[in-house]
Amino acid sequence: MKVVKKLSELKIGDSGVITSVVGDGRVRHRMFDMGVTPGATVYLRKTAPLGDPIEVTLRNYELTLRKTEAELVMVEVEEVEA
Amino acid sequence: MKRFALAGNPNSGKTTLFNALTGATEYVGNWPGVTVERKIGTYKKLSEPVEIVDLPGIYSLSPYTPEEVIARNFIIDETPDAVINIVDATNLERNLYLTTQILEMKVPVVIALNVYDEVIKNGDEIDTDQLSKELGVPVVKISAIKETGLKELMETALAESLKGREARTIIDVKKINELIESLEDEFEVKGVSNPLFHAVKLAENDEIEVENHKDLIEIVEKAKDKLDDKTFGNDIEAIIADSRYKFISNKCSVCYKKSSNVEVTAGDHFDQRLTKSDKIDKVLTNKWAGIPIFLAILFVIFHVTFSANFLFFGKFIGFSEEAADATLGIFFTPDGINSPGVMLQTALIAFTDWLTELLHQLFEVMGAGSFISGLIVDGIFAGLFSILSFLPQILLLFLFFAILEDSGYMARVAFILDRIFRKFGLSGRAFMPMIMGFGCSVPAMINTRTLADDKERTATIRVIPFFSCGAKLPILVGVAGGIVTLLGWNGADGIVFGIYVFGMCMAIVAALLMRNTSMRGEVPPFIMELPAYHKPSFKALMIHLWDKTKHFVKKAFTVIIASTILIWLLSHLSFKFQYLEDEEITSSMLAYVGRGLLWLFTPLGFGYQANLDGWGFVFVVGAVSGLIAKENVITTFSTLATAINAVNSSIVIDEALGEEVAPVVAMIQATGIHVSGLLAYIAFNLLTIPCFAAVATAKAELPKGQIWKTVLFWLGFSYVTAAAVYVCFEWWWTSFIVVALIVGCVFAIHYYNKRHPLDAPKVKEA
Repeated sequence: MKVVKKLSELKIGDSGVITSVVGDGRVRHRMFDMGVTPGATVYLRKTAPLGDPIEVTLRNYELTLRKTEAELVMVEVEEVEA
Repeated sequence: MKRFALAGNPNSGKTTLFNALTGATEYVGNWPGVTVERKIGTYKKLSEPVEIVDLPGIYSLSPYTPEEVIARNFIIDETPDAVINIVDATNLERNLYLTTQILEMKVPVVIALNVYDEVIKNGDEIDTDQLSKELGVPVVKISAIKETGLKELMETALAESLKGREARTIIDVKKINELIESLEDEFEVKGVSNPLFHAVKLAENDEIEVENHKDLIEIVEKAKDKLDDKTFGNDIEAIIADSRYKFISNKCSVCYKKSSNVEVTAGDHFDQRLTKSDKIDKVLTNKWAGIPIFLAILFVIFHVTFSANFLFFGKFIGFSEEAADATLGIFFTPDGINSPGVMLQTALIAFTDWLTELLHQLFEVMGAGSFISGLIVDGIFAGLFSILSFLPQILLLFLFFAILEDSGYMARVAFILDRIFRKFGLSGRAFMPMIMGFGCSVPAMINTRTLADDKERTATIRVIPFFSCGAKLPILVGVAGGIVTLLGWNGADGIVFGIYVFGMCMAIVAALLMRNTSMRGEVPPFIMELPAYHKPSFKALMIHLWDKTKHFVKKAFTVIIASTILIWLLSHLSFKFQYLEDEEITSSMLAYVGRGLLWLFTPLGFGYQANLDGWGFVFVVGAVSGLIAKENVITTFSTLATAINAVNSSIVIDEALGEEVAPVVAMIQATGIHVSGLLAYIAFNLLTIPCFAAVATAKAELPKGQIWKTVLFWLGFSYVTAAAVYVCFEWWWTSFIVVALIVGCVFAIHYYNKRHPLDAPKVKEA
């Protein structure tokens, strides 16, 4: 089953396809510039020792962003029903 | 002379390429109006020499950071003859995003495909002919580190610069292209150069374009109303970004041929192989070990640079005073073996001392008056040498931090610590410059260049001096020693340590204060690439160090010399402009000014209440002389103690107490200052205007016009804090009033900020 979640809600090791980036202004544009665009696949690699920020792999490189920024990114994840 | 600009992503090997192309010809300046470094060099291996301008490392041409604005303005306004766009071959997708934007400018472009050797090492291949066809510009394979393919790159760039190139966009969405075309026509009518670039950026709702061309927004709005994209609706920004990435995935990424013959498909190509970089990262950013490892690295760096007891050998081996006093003193002291940093510093000091002695003798032989020899030797050279004596340690510190930066570890430090720093309104990146402040404020302030947000940078630069630097240590040791002697207990170490902690706490307080008042603003966003780890190049490190040395020495010879001379003259001339010997400093202009200012320092505990027999001005004079270099505070005390001893023989300088403590004890006896006043004196010196070298650096690094506000901030903050320290320690019950005042201020600021919210960015729900 495919579920749309916020990037900040993903667990380590999850990956999914970005469906949209909400929000407005500079932060959103910056995310586009860094390759966080709808259609791109993200993989949540790890979180920092204190739980935030997070590190993701996308477009073949490592990107770090805070959970507040990750909340703006909607991701479609394949979820196995328990 | 033809001029080529070098553009590319951070961490794409741009600096290495620049160094390889220009060798030792580069010169460093600043871009107009901002403090981002502007490097220019010459490439001489073509038929004609070519000037190369190193643009800042950027991801895009949208105006997110000052760097991006600089790069874009340079290409538009200064029309270079060609742009060499360096692209990391191992990460085509993100690197080419910038390329698609550069192509929209009317300028010849050559792609320098860097680290192509890595691609081959993985057994992969890139079809450069096809890539070049898709992009419409030549592509040259190079290795910046191994310096291969550079000649071909430059020849191609030269040929391209003669041909010229028309702007072109790779955006391929019918309705958007129509909009861009109509905007382009409008810009052409207006006579704006690079109409296509401006048209695309305006369509992207770019801040700068919207500001400059308000009359054209209507066209964009109209087009927006007609748009109804399947996935993005009327979100032009998203459509354009998507179109760029689609072009890259469909047309360019396919040029990358994987060894297994599996073609890379759009968007979805995770390499699940664990690279070397991943393995390193597993350890260095580990959930449990990450922070301890970081602290250990930090400790080692400071130990190697500043410790006088290297590897703690002093514990096991005893060194005699006599042996240390001989030439071997460079290598060890009775405390232990010197660290490499201290060895270099001691050697340099030994050399400058020898030079000073030589100059003294030279002037004596020449029969120059003591005024001239005093001014030149004790005024100019002593000041200069005391600042130069920090150069070895500053450079060593720089070297270590450059290694951390170049290897990619610094980005991880920001990643690890961001959570903590956000609480103070700063980002994780602010940590490194602050911690460098414990060594020396000068490299620390220069290091704030990695911070993207101007307000965050300003706030960070202002609190850096609160991290007590090496030169402030004699003040701490001396005054703390004086306090324990006065009280008759043992525990100077504890006081010194306490002061370090106090400085850090005050830095946090000041950062919070600024971020809630004058430097208000959102916590800057934290969206950052974590580059793969790699071995720093020796050549790049050396060039980096050479730059810093030049920068520092230049400053030492201009601003610092001028201010040193001024203070020396004030302390060695009477109001009748008669020359005074060192011991006669009590009749100098500085002493008179100090006496005149006593009332100002009475609230801090070292004014009139410490004015026994009229000696109260010594503390003021000490603090002022500390502006040249903070060690001068104690040096001045020594000089003054001699002068006091000459007048009042009951005050003796007890050498047994040690170089730093003895003059302070003499001061205490002479002035009758209280412990509370001494503590306030430390607080004042710790937090007030740093030495001239640091002030000059702050001036260069801060946005224009901020230096005066910053100096006032240092004065005001140190004054208020020192006054609070004094009253609390003098009359314990006043601490309740101080706490009440602080709480009152916090509530007032909080209430004010609630009433006057910032223009919060509009949040649009999708």
